[in-house]
Amino acid sequence: MTEIETMLRRAAAGLPDVVPDVSARAEAEGLVDVAYTSVDSPLGSLLVAVTPRGLVRVAYTDHDDVLERLAARVSPRVLEAPTRLDGVRRELDEYFAGRRTQFETPIDWSQLAGFTRKVLRATARIDFGHTGTYRSVATGAGSPRAVRAAGNALGANPMPVIVPCHRVLRTGGALGGYTGGVERKQFLLRLEGVLD
Amino acid sequence: MKLPPFQALLDEHRVDVYRYLVATAGPNDADDVFQETWIAALRAYPRLSRADNLRAWVLRIAHNKAMDAHRARGRRALPVAEPPEQPSEPPVADGQPELWEHVRELPSKQRTAVFCRSVLGMSYAELATLLDSSEEAARRNVHEGLKRLRLELSE
Repeated sequence: MTEIETMLRRAAAGLPDVVPDVSARAEAEGLVDVAYTSVDSPLGSLLVAVTPRGLVRVAYTDHDDVLERLAARVSPRVLEAPTRLDGVRRELDEYFAGRRTQFETPIDWSQLAGFTRKVLRATARIDFGHTGTYRSVATGAGSPRAVRAAGNALGANPMPVIVPCHRVLRTGGALGGYTGGVERKQFLLRLEGVLD
Repeated sequence: MKLPPFQALLDEHRVDVYRYLVATAGPNDADDVFQETWIAALRAYPRLSRADNLRAWVLRIAHNKAMDAHRARGRRALPVAEPPEQPSEPPVADGQPELWEHVRELPSKQRTAVFCRSVLGMSYAELATLLDSSEEAARRNVHEGLKRLRLELSE
């Protein structure tokens, strides 16, 4: 390397490493197809993502993988844009603080295929502090005998907590599985006063 | 075409792009041109046909936006005298202002070539993609730029 290149490299170390924000302007120009942020919760950091239509994703783990899948399935214009998620963040905070029993944030159902969407819509109708069964949500989705398929749809719920699949138990009251692990399901059911 | 989330691209390259702009477009224009660059990149991103060479792609946008800003500044300066300077925010710290001033006096391709090669460590192949030129032309731009700088600094 020449002397002048060494000089340039040294001088470059003094250039700023804090850069201006671009998300506000990207939002203002309508260029953010998927906006996301992370929300601290008693269940760990939640990745929350929305499209202009509404919520598309809540994830407990593997945030990078989740973002890659959103980029492939929805749009590569995926940007961290915390202000767009202020509303849902506040609702989640209130829910975990025991001050909210219902989410008002709109949901983007368009990313979900037929039966899964029906099962999750039926699940979304179960109120805070109440529970359903795999059979009851299968029935709510219009296919009373598709109990196992309903279980699979719940296992693939892309919006846990807000679409409350934790409120769906086995017939007879056994907990059943949960996307985020059964401890998280227990925590949520305790928070809602279903479990002691 | 599998493109990474735009945020990943931004996280990986925003500091390089910003430093490039502070050094080559100047601290006064850097913030605006930085915004213009990333907004243009975000606009074009879904239509991008290849995901390799993303750094060269976004720096090429920055290079073009910096030239636009430079031209606009020239146009603005011509017809009317600018009103007296408002007391403004102190410009961004830029390390070694005098050295970068010399860099900014180079022709635009040489300026970009010198910075991207010497500071960002780009290969000539990557630089050729950025400048939309042959590797040979990229090499020449680096060489000529460094030669001129050396001359300026020895004066």
